[in-house]
Amino acid sequence: MSGRHGIPKSRWLPAYVGLYLLFLYFPILLLPIFSFNNASTTTFPLAGFTTKWYVTLWGNSAMLEAARNSMIVGVSVALMSTILGICAARALTRYRFRGKGPATGLIMAPLFLPEIIVAVSLLMILLQLGIELSLVTVILGQVVFCLPYAMSVLISGFDGFDRSLEEASLDLGETAIGTFRRVTLPVVAPAIVSSLLVSFTVSLDEFILAFFLSGTEPTLPVYIWGQLRFAAKLPGVLALGSLMLLISILLLTLSEIIRRRAEYRLRAQGAQHG
Amino acid sequence: MAVLSGAGVEHRPAEPPKSRTRWIASEEASGLALISPTLLYALALLFLPVLIVIAYSFWTQDYLTIDRTFTLENYRTALGEPIYQDLLVRSLVISLVVSVVTVTVSYPIAWFISFHGGVHKNLWLFLITVPCWTSYLLRVMSWKVILGYGGVMNTGLLSIGLIDKPLTTLLYNSNAVVITLVHSWAAFAILPIYVSLEKVDRSLIEAAHDLGDNKVMSFLRVTLPLSLPGVISAFLIVMIPTVGDYVTPKLVGGKDGVMIATAIQAQFGKGANWPLGAALSVTTMVVVSAMAGLVVLALKLTMRLAK
Repeated sequence: MSGRHGIPKSRWLPAYVGLYLLFLYFPILLLPIFSFNNASTTTFPLAGFTTKWYVTLWGNSAMLEAARNSMIVGVSVALMSTILGICAARALTRYRFRGKGPATGLIMAPLFLPEIIVAVSLLMILLQLGIELSLVTVILGQVVFCLPYAMSVLISGFDGFDRSLEEASLDLGETAIGTFRRVTLPVVAPAIVSSLLVSFTVSLDEFILAFFLSGTEPTLPVYIWGQLRFAAKLPGVLALGSLMLLISILLLTLSEIIRRRAEYRLRAQGAQHG
Repeated sequence: MAVLSGAGVEHRPAEPPKSRTRWIASEEASGLALISPTLLYALALLFLPVLIVIAYSFWTQDYLTIDRTFTLENYRTALGEPIYQDLLVRSLVISLVVSVVTVTVSYPIAWFISFHGGVHKNLWLFLITVPCWTSYLLRVMSWKVILGYGGVMNTGLLSIGLIDKPLTTLLYNSNAVVITLVHSWAAFAILPIYVSLEKVDRSLIEAAHDLGDNKVMSFLRVTLPLSLPGVISAFLIVMIPTVGDYVTPKLVGGKDGVMIATAIQAQFGKGANWPLGAALSVTTMVVVSAMAGLVVLALKLTMRLAK
């Protein structure tokens, strides 16, 4: 068999891709499967269908509290990392200035540092300054961690922006703020929404920083970590995990759709301009 | 997904400022002004904290008070005590093995998407990335459910008659840690390899075929060398974070799978020894950076020799 450009397509490759997807998805699919299983052990064969693990979640005030904390943290982190990300991404894609490389390196550094070291160093400086651990400290820490993700999305969104549109708007007498609102913003809005969703998703799942910095207010992953010690709590955790899985997939799908639409629109625009 | 693809931002040299007033209105000033909130944030909450960790690693702690006289004592402990040596070596070996395995098993997938993805490339990438965005803790726990004594793997193997009593060697060792980490980092390896494969000029491969290279030779002589930058960044993206992973060794590692993060965490918990914890952190950072440098160098040299 031969693909385009005479690049050979071997017969084993699709099989390998199938196996690989199985390896990727099997552990993820186990969570919802066992969350509906009518037994407190996680073994096959399944014991029957039940929704009781989901029902027990509603009465669980500690879990609901953790969920509320996660929401507060997630929304704040998404907003802060996106706002900070917009400043940096716009500066990097729009202007030339010295120190651009080191600045980018510093902001992107959390991708290239073991996370425990980011957590430990933040913990040290907070305790050193006498700042009490709380959701606020979790938010401050997670923003550092989410910035690289937000930046990546924003930079790729801002990069395709046609600068002459802005120049034309300014030439036609629009103010700088007006130009940003009426010309720049509509073009970059999808990247901003993507960045918000991605940062929220990253924050929702982030454990190490929350574990070190949350003090007495656990987020969902920290709550789950506490539950994992008790085998009897496992089905409840699986139900909670399945719900979080669903939310993450929804948010990511949404962000991907928005991103692709914008990409398509930009390409169509580019084609129009020749 | 384009999450990691924008990481490499190009930077051109700026023109030198002519005079003060012109500088304020210049591109340079606008750029710096615009990036400064983010930069200050990163300086205050990343750069400064890391500096503090480095400072602490040269101090000593006497119960609750910190003695700020310069000493290398913590490094002597971190590098000299057999327990820390073992942990550090094990963490490095595990993360190297994880990176090699992840890059090896992911390369064909990236290749498949890039060369045979057709119009659905983005959909493929999305499919591959979704599992990696789902709860990390629960993914690790899922592997515990799969590999455990009464777990899915054992019950499966028992029911098809391959084994007659459950295997105890699946969970709580470094193999379990490796499997779980490979699963966690797969997509992060696929993305950079895919990006570099996309840049490979297809006509070069055609030319190699026309000149008589078979599939394997054209892959080794054209595709692989040209995708090397992607392979290197995939390697680093996997290796660096896995060295300091805390959750996986703790949940599936057992006694033989403990890694350095557990020791670091212990020094910041009760009975704390911050300076020792700091020294362990700095040692990990330095060693992992050195190893990253060596890996990059080694890969580049092998490729040059292969040509």
